[in-house]
Amino acid sequence: MWPVDVHRPGTYAEFEAYVAGAAGRLLHVAVLLTAEPLEEPAAARRLLAGALARTYAQWRRVRRDDPYDHTRRELCAAFARTGRRHHGGRGLLAPLGPLERLVLVLRVYEGVAEEVTAAQLGLPAERVRALCARGVAAVRSREAA
Amino acid sequence: MSAHDRKEDQVRRLLEGPRPVVPVGLAASAAARGDRLLRRRRALRRAGWTLLAAAAVAFAVWASVTRPWEVPPSGVSPPLQGW
Repeated sequence: MWPVDVHRPGTYAEFEAYVAGAAGRLLHVAVLLTAEPLEEPAAARRLLAGALARTYAQWRRVRRDDPYDHTRRELCAAFARTGRRHHGGRGLLAPLGPLERLVLVLRVYEGVAEEVTAAQLGLPAERVRALCARGVAAVRSREAA
Repeated sequence: MSAHDRKEDQVRRLLEGPRPVVPVGLAASAAARGDRLLRRRRALRRAGWTLLAAAAVAFAVWASVTRPWEVPPSGVSPPLQGW
């Protein structure tokens, strides 16, 4: 490849600082979605690496609004595309389907508003509410057992 | 606090749990991959524009040579009358 600096100088430093601050929480989100064991979350790391790469590619536009939100959206979209592949697992959300995991993580763990979650996933708000309630009930019954 | 909120709170605490370890060099590898992605997108866009420009030039040349808006000279002469 050409030794061209695609971004202006200082961009990488900004991005590095952003990743240092946000990667821990984002990786946790990814691990919750894939329901992998904490020690070796290979698929979650892959999802996060892709989402961060796409965030960096659009950094000039993204840095002006909310990079965290952008990366989370990329992460969720990537998981939604490959959701069926992450069936099962050993994590807390393993018994849930991909969509239930997405709704539960966004609504309960990330505290995203119902309408925003619905818009992001392309679902009606009532469906998000129902999926969230089902997810909450499933996790509680699993913990009670 | 309603029962619903209490249930959500309980699940939130469960979800909080211990955090996974972030791999070393994540930012660097993501930036390298993002750069490649951006370069590829730019190259693709440049190729698209180049193709479009080439097509426009080709069309202009063809039009100036064939002049398709001009009526072709008639091969039939008008009938001879009043001779």
